[in-house]
Amino acid sequence: MAEPKGFNVKKQHGFTTIAVLCFLLLYTPIILLVLYSFNAGTSIAIWEGFSWRWYISTWGNEQVKEAALLSLWLAIVSSAVATSVAVLAALATTRRAPYKGQTVVFAIINQPLMVPEIVTAVALLIFFALIKNYTGYTGGAYLFIAHSAFCVPFAYMPIRARLQGMDLTLEQAASDLYGTPLRVFRKVTLPLLWPGILAGAMLAFVISLDDVVITEFVKAAGQDTLPTYMLGQLRRVVTPEVNAISTVLLAISVTMVIVYFILNQRKN
Amino acid sequence: MIEIDSVSKVFGSGATAFTALNDVSVTIRENEFFTLLGPSGCGKTTLLRTIAGFNAPSSGSVRLDGEDLVALPPYKRPVNTVFQNYALFPHMTVAENIGFGLDMLNRPKSEIKATVAEMLELVQMTPMADRRTSEISGGQQQRVALARALAPRPKVLLLDEPLSALDYKLRKGMQVELKRLQNETGITFVFVTHDQEEALSMSDRIAVMSNSRILQVGSPHDIYDHPAERFVAEFIGETNFLTGKIAGQEGETLRVALDVGGEIIARQPPGDPAGQAVTVAVRPEHAHFCAPDSAEATVTGEVSNVVYLGTDTHFHLVLSDGTPFALRLQNTPERAADAKLGDRVGIRVAPGVAQVLRD
Repeated sequence: MAEPKGFNVKKQHGFTTIAVLCFLLLYTPIILLVLYSFNAGTSIAIWEGFSWRWYISTWGNEQVKEAALLSLWLAIVSSAVATSVAVLAALATTRRAPYKGQTVVFAIINQPLMVPEIVTAVALLIFFALIKNYTGYTGGAYLFIAHSAFCVPFAYMPIRARLQGMDLTLEQAASDLYGTPLRVFRKVTLPLLWPGILAGAMLAFVISLDDVVITEFVKAAGQDTLPTYMLGQLRRVVTPEVNAISTVLLAISVTMVIVYFILNQRKN
Repeated sequence: MIEIDSVSKVFGSGATAFTALNDVSVTIRENEFFTLLGPSGCGKTTLLRTIAGFNAPSSGSVRLDGEDLVALPPYKRPVNTVFQNYALFPHMTVAENIGFGLDMLNRPKSEIKATVAEMLELVQMTPMADRRTSEISGGQQQRVALARALAPRPKVLLLDEPLSALDYKLRKGMQVELKRLQNETGITFVFVTHDQEEALSMSDRIAVMSNSRILQVGSPHDIYDHPAERFVAEFIGETNFLTGKIAGQEGETLRVALDVGGEIIARQPPGDPAGQAVTVAVRPEHAHFCAPDSAEATVTGEVSNVVYLGTDTHFHLVLSDGTPFALRLQNTPERAADAKLGDRVGIRVAPGVAQVLRD
């Protein structure tokens, strides 16, 4: 039998043990969380049998409904805005000859990925306070603006990767065949970019849906997204309702990841 | 008719500037199969892309039937390109690819459908119309790329080394096919290649390029038999070079006293040779054996190697001053006595067959 020579991590002692341990640590809590969302009792630690009661009570909870709606709305709007901006940014950074300072531009676009989130949150808080001071507007739009902004780099990454992998002669061929720049974009660039755009939008959507830190700092009085509502609940009585909400959020995320994965597979 | 007039193209600036085209002028006639031939980096693709509109010349003009092309973007030029990597749209079917140009020209659906069907027929791809471009072979992709570029009936078809990705047999087939398509459509073809054999077998005229310049333009016959410069003679086929001095002129030919001894009567190059000292190019198949040191012998040498090649035999000779000389004879049944290794032989070159080079 031909064995590959050289270092093979799988052959190291303890490899399997460490791997299994890591997976256990990562997934046991999540599995427990999902399990206890079906708990018939009010405790999040003592199992009292299977029931849908927390899903039903969550469904009936007006506050949860309101927070869920805001979360969804926020995720849809901010991922749409962020993705549009990201497409433009990706086009501008890939469809041109290398230029001086392109690393700087790249770093600036991806700034929210590198700066600690709490710093961005505080900065936004102060910045919006300033605007509030001058305009007097204290509504919910700030949250939408903040989410749209910090989702840009997450949408930008897959779109840029897709654009860089795209054969430039395709666009040349289209313009050679009488396609005006706008029609070349619509008929060739956009359709080929579509999987990247979808991936970017979904990533932005999940990031927005999941965000706590920035949302907590920026949200208007009485405004709550699902994550901030849950955080608020944890400060008072903890019921398996939180588990139920988490499980639903988890289901959405997992679905997104699967769709993303399938799209990527199809591309290859 | 395409008139390329003193076109130069410089990429970059300052210390990193690179001149890809250096004052290139050439006229490509209507309905001709015109080939730009040269080694990689000689500027042939840059010239093609300048006609297509993918890069603007730094100076000079490009006119098509009198109309200045330089100011027009690629999508306004009645010129289509077959790309080296075909550049087929992967998200479209074969038929959609072929119809793309007509669609962009806002032609009616019925006309697009008819033309696509006609093009599919022309390149024998009708059964593949609804396939994705990733589901067909390289040779078939090549045909689709051709059909796509021909469908809008361009005035000029530009082909950028379209056969280089195909294997030998397919390439041979496509060479014949391309020539047929050009005859049937009557469209001017501008073909870029580094393959001299391809250029010789397909072209009406060839422009040999080197170092960002066009060295010579002429029919395949002209280019092969009467190369104007050493580079052209070396790049296309095999050539012997003999140095000498001009001893006299007789009409179209020059009498050259060879440095190795003896005289040769050779054709004058287009444009006068630079000075008295010249190089004469002799094709291996244009030389014959004769008795050494006889009156009919142009030069005399010794056989240093004999290579049998089936249809031909290749003799490597060394002239009296050490200059190598190659001679090729066809292996016909009635061929007279061979030379053997080590033989002293005379080499006869008929008057006016050899060519004096310009440089």
